[in-house]
Amino acid sequence: MRKVIHRKLSTNFLRLSLVFLLAFTTALSAQEGDPAKGKSLFNANCAACHKLDKKMTGPALRNVEARLADEQGLDRDWLYAWIRNSAGVIKSGDAYANKIYNEYAGAAMTAFPQLSDDDLNNILAYTAEVKEDPAPIAGAEVAGAQDAGASGGISNELILGALAILFILLAAGLYLVNKTLRRFADAQGIELPEASKRTPLWKAFVQNQFLMLVVSIFFLLASAYFVYGYFMQIGVDQGYEPVQPIHYSHKIHAGDNGIDCKYCHSSARVSKHSGIPSLNVCMNCHKSIYEYNGETTPEYSKEFYDGEIKKLYAAVGWDDAEQRYTGETQPVKWIRIHNLPDFAYFNHSQHVTVAGVECQTCHGPVEEMEVMYQHAPLTMGWCINCHRETKVDVKDNAYYEKIHEELSKKYGVDELTAAQMGGLECGKCHY
Amino acid sequence: MSSNKKYWKSVEELNENSSIVETLRQNEFVNEIPTDEFLGDKDTLESTSTTRRDFLKYVGFSTAAASLAACEGPVKKSIPYVVQPTEIIPGVANYYATTIADGFDFASVLVKTREGRPIKIENNAIAPANGNANARVNASVLGLYDSLRVQGPRKGENPISWSEFDKETTEKLTELKGTGKEIVLLTQTFASPSTSKLISEFKEKYGNVRHVVYDAISESAALDAYQAKYGERGLANYNFAKAMTIVSVGADFLGDWQGGGFDSGYSKNRVPDHGKMSRHIQFESNLSLTGANADKRIPLTPTQQKVALAKLHSYVVGGSVAGSLPENIEDAVKKAASQLKKAGSNAVVVTGIQDVNAQTVVLEINEALNSKAFDSKTPIKTRQGSDKAVAQLVTDMKAGKVGAIIMSGVNPMYTLPNAADFAEGLSKTELSIAFSMKVDESSSLTQYLAAAPHYLESWGDVEIKKGHYALTQPTIRPLFDTRQFQDALLKWTENDQSYHDYIKDAWGTTILGGSSFNKALHDGVYVGTIDTEVESTAEVIEDTPTSTPFGNAARTLATSANSDGLELTLYTKTGMGNGQQANNPWLQEFPDPITRTSWDNYLTISKADADALGLVNNHVANGALNGSYANVSVNGVTITAPVLIQPGQAKGSVGLSFGYGRTAGLKEEMQTGVNAYALYQGFNNVQNVTIEAASGEHEFASVQLHNTLMGRGDIVKETTLEIFNTKDKKYWNAIPVVSLNHEETPVTSPEVDLWDEFDRSIGHHFNLSVDLNACTGCGACVIACHAENNVPVVGKTEVRRSRDMHWLRIDRYYSSETSFEGDNEKKDNISGLGSSLSEFGEMENASENPQVAFQPVMCQHCNHAPCETVCPVAATSHGRQGQNHMAYNRCVGTRYCANNCPYKVRRFNWFLYNGNDEFDYHMNDDLGRMVLNPDVVVRSRGVMEKCSMCIQMTQKTILDAKRDGRQIKDGEFQTACSAACSNGAMTFGDINDKDSKVAKLKEDNRMYHLLESVGTKPNVQYQTKVRNTTEA
Repeated sequence: MRKVIHRKLSTNFLRLSLVFLLAFTTALSAQEGDPAKGKSLFNANCAACHKLDKKMTGPALRNVEARLADEQGLDRDWLYAWIRNSAGVIKSGDAYANKIYNEYAGAAMTAFPQLSDDDLNNILAYTAEVKEDPAPIAGAEVAGAQDAGASGGISNELILGALAILFILLAAGLYLVNKTLRRFADAQGIELPEASKRTPLWKAFVQNQFLMLVVSIFFLLASAYFVYGYFMQIGVDQGYEPVQPIHYSHKIHAGDNGIDCKYCHSSARVSKHSGIPSLNVCMNCHKSIYEYNGETTPEYSKEFYDGEIKKLYAAVGWDDAEQRYTGETQPVKWIRIHNLPDFAYFNHSQHVTVAGVECQTCHGPVEEMEVMYQHAPLTMGWCINCHRETKVDVKDNAYYEKIHEELSKKYGVDELTAAQMGGLECGKCHY
Repeated sequence: MSSNKKYWKSVEELNENSSIVETLRQNEFVNEIPTDEFLGDKDTLESTSTTRRDFLKYVGFSTAAASLAACEGPVKKSIPYVVQPTEIIPGVANYYATTIADGFDFASVLVKTREGRPIKIENNAIAPANGNANARVNASVLGLYDSLRVQGPRKGENPISWSEFDKETTEKLTELKGTGKEIVLLTQTFASPSTSKLISEFKEKYGNVRHVVYDAISESAALDAYQAKYGERGLANYNFAKAMTIVSVGADFLGDWQGGGFDSGYSKNRVPDHGKMSRHIQFESNLSLTGANADKRIPLTPTQQKVALAKLHSYVVGGSVAGSLPENIEDAVKKAASQLKKAGSNAVVVTGIQDVNAQTVVLEINEALNSKAFDSKTPIKTRQGSDKAVAQLVTDMKAGKVGAIIMSGVNPMYTLPNAADFAEGLSKTELSIAFSMKVDESSSLTQYLAAAPHYLESWGDVEIKKGHYALTQPTIRPLFDTRQFQDALLKWTENDQSYHDYIKDAWGTTILGGSSFNKALHDGVYVGTIDTEVESTAEVIEDTPTSTPFGNAARTLATSANSDGLELTLYTKTGMGNGQQANNPWLQEFPDPITRTSWDNYLTISKADADALGLVNNHVANGALNGSYANVSVNGVTITAPVLIQPGQAKGSVGLSFGYGRTAGLKEEMQTGVNAYALYQGFNNVQNVTIEAASGEHEFASVQLHNTLMGRGDIVKETTLEIFNTKDKKYWNAIPVVSLNHEETPVTSPEVDLWDEFDRSIGHHFNLSVDLNACTGCGACVIACHAENNVPVVGKTEVRRSRDMHWLRIDRYYSSETSFEGDNEKKDNISGLGSSLSEFGEMENASENPQVAFQPVMCQHCNHAPCETVCPVAATSHGRQGQNHMAYNRCVGTRYCANNCPYKVRRFNWFLYNGNDEFDYHMNDDLGRMVLNPDVVVRSRGVMEKCSMCIQMTQKTILDAKRDGRQIKDGEFQTACSAACSNGAMTFGDINDKDSKVAKLKEDNRMYHLLESVGTKPNVQYQTKVRNTTEA
């Protein structure tokens, strides 16, 4: 009940402050604060460790002031002191401060001496807001979207179906007309001219040896073409899109959130392998990102994504409720998508660091891929083509200075391609 | 017109009435086709329900299923770390400095690890004083991934846990403390300061403890001599880089003499510099690696060696000795003595005679010479065993005086000549524990087998030479449930520290003197600045040397020299050493540098003695070598060994190597050879033997069947120092010429070239230079190449079929006259058909005491490569950087290239060695495959493979430079072989970098190309061998 009163009080004060305008604004809001400003302050300063309704690195903060006042009898001043210098409060021997410090395994809260009383009031006002329940609205939106999508599909099919029926009716009509006319002719005794018995077309065709020869050559060539095509695609897994043990969306990470590829695939800079990030890299962010709040589709709902994050927690052994590692890990068995044969040597760092090739050049629009798939054919011809066309990036690289000067003179070009640098030699990739 | 030519298949066809010819004519297949095996069992065949038609259906179905399955790619899993260690980046190698100290080989090394797996051993360049990685050390990494390793502690046959082990053994040890019985620690030489400290703490706790240090191959005599003279147990140190005249009497110092590791110093003075190089005179019985490298080699029996050494002493130091020598040897000794005296402090004398007097004589000579190469101040600590202590122990054990025996790093049941006595003694002990990696001859007899880790999984410290310390650190988490001896000692002394902390503490208080432990660990070595005496635990009990030298050592030595009949010298082979790595297929297949024979040991005997005893070597139909067996008896112990006729073996002497004939803890294929330790009576490597021919014929696996050079001077070019200094290059290193318009034109001239020259002046152009003067033939490069390039092992029977896969081989040639020069003369003077037939025939046989030449041969990477032009699918092609590329996936296996290669360096991959039960050489199991280099493809069968000039290494160097945006310095480019060569014989680099070492070597007067006359323009160069034959 108390919080309702509070809310009413604050709205009243707000109304009052609107009336008195400038002169009293600061003083009044110093008492209660602006939840909107508080939200932005909270997100900037507190959200790394605190959530409103969930225990994280620090405790959940919804109604923290009221809770402290009720349970501990601590007032706002205590909170000011704590936020600005928690270590000092702990040192002073404050019982509750020490209790909370020990409860969170001695994790010291960052001191925020720069926050003014106003700021803190705003933040506290934000924490005192009643929890919203956005679920029904989101559900309705999703349902609406689904309807729209479905109707579009049906209309197309309807048109096509109607056309098909029309054609069938036309054909049937023509047949019937023909039949009726013949019956009329019969009835009136008109002799219809009989079509003379000619050799059927197919028989003539079979008898014409030249045509047969041409056709069989054509068939042989065509089948050879298709057989060749079939053989050439063996081992080429372009578009390979396996289901992974954890549904990791590159679209959300690299696309929506704009995380650099090499943040996770860091070894691509220095090693032949791009490396699948170890789970501790995931936990750099997912320690605080425990739920998905972005766009959803019917197939990939919020619940679905949250479930996937749970899978990550299970694999890395993270107890989200207790905010600690359990030590029970289950390494994730990802399915490898880009498989080069053993006899081909490829080095990521050569391409990524030295040549400065964008990841997307070979891996495609990863930032749009909800499910990762193999974009390029990864065949030798594909490699060679790129080597033939790509100019070597020699800028500010002392290694290339001499060789580039001499070679470009030899070939009479300004910029050398990878092929001209020797990038087509067998032994550069096969050893 | 039909041809009247008749082709003879064998001499037997000359005999008109030969029954063999008649039989063979009617029989296409010499061996019976084993149809009976399949069709013989009529009952089973009839009772089977599978009809012929069903059988065909199955065949058809399985073929179709297999081909369909082949179209579907496998699903590959990729499992990242949960928490990735910061130092590991997949695809990037980490290097750790560590030290091997297995009781026989001691060396500071660098270990290359990939994704946490050690895959290669390399030299630690900042620890030159601590030896270098020889072939065995290079191969030791494979021992880590041996599937026969013990995976946990055992009690008898049954596995137990370490806690049970601790409980039971501690109880027993405590119980023994009260009784009068001794607790014996029988260990290898650890040379470890911290282990010594631990053992003394163990002694303190349990009281009646005896520590016996046992070297399987004893250096006791040298240790005793040194101890008697200098009061400390150790071996005199020699730096051959400071010696210009070297006289060795029976010392194989390029091999394993006194712990080995002397070759890099030796090689430094072997390369003529400003007209000077060292002179090396070798007196010896067996043809050793050292003798093969000597400028002058005098074969003589071990008895004569003693007299010769005594005489050498009297000529140099003074005094007179009794004894007589054949005239030529007497003369050689006199000349050697005068050269020693002339060289003065630049001379050095060494001996391998296991006799305390002989060793004392050498110490005296070197002191008299004031030899700079001789260093008595920093003794080598890697051998500390005492023959007497070991003999005493066996006696005490038999008498039941020993209550408990704890062994570590030793295998006495294999290495003791009186192993049966030891076994009897072992059964009388109340507690016996063996720390071992295998269920070997000894650990299978003890009550407890404490599974020991490989040195790459262990901590440790070593004092290799006095004041020169080295650290051993694990490079991988232990693969199995193992515990090292030192950790067990800590448990028994109720110390909760780990051995790592113990070492750190021990070093902090005694050795480091304030320096950083982490720095020492990073470097792997630490050179002591403060003189700390490491307490030696073994000597406390056994402080009286085995035997003290007599007043006049030389005179005693000369009078002790008497013998009748044949004398056997037991030696160690470069590949196998003392035999503890016998289950290492790389080493088994490593051809002995001298005999070029793999997978065996054998009795080496001179041609004259072999003829007298009726022992023969002959080649069989497929070209392989077979030999007689002989019974070798020493004081009633007889073993039967195959006989290999060895040029250079002194008449009246025979040789047999240690390290073979092991039977326990080995795969069946590795159980090769005979156990020579049975003849090692009294720990004396020289024994009087009687030899008689035995029945049967032994099949050798030799990789070189033609031993002489036949005057082919364009293969190994060599000259003498005198000619090298006085004559023009044209005289001793002429470029071959061909006739062009009746004018002699050098083959290197473009006018006589079949090919057009490519412009190779831009970018890198790699060359490898091999200096035949610096190369001792040690073979470290061969094993390094194995490890780097995933070269498979093919096994004995395949080697006999000449299908060995070594990408790099070291050819060894004998002269058929007394010198190669003589061969050339003889060849040049051949005239007429008759003469050529008889004299070429003679030249196929090596001389009684031949000159020897070693020549490492790998793919020559010809700029005008004959192999490239004949490949029908263009699988082999040339790169701009000078390498001859080989695309395995393109190769279809026609083998034209191998036919067209003048150097015989291409190897055809006949089988799928990496996944074949028939080739059980570690590469076919998951554990063994962990040693494979992930940057080099594992070749499948049906393709040709060969040396790539380690293109993966040059490419990596280039990439690193590109990434850093810098030029590449000389010395950065390396191949596995050039990096492994600590003798400086192999130099690799970019000849377009005009300041590089290799570019300068290319312009050197000694430079030549192998078979220059064929005009292949190789990118591997050789430096003419120069011999210092000048008798001063």
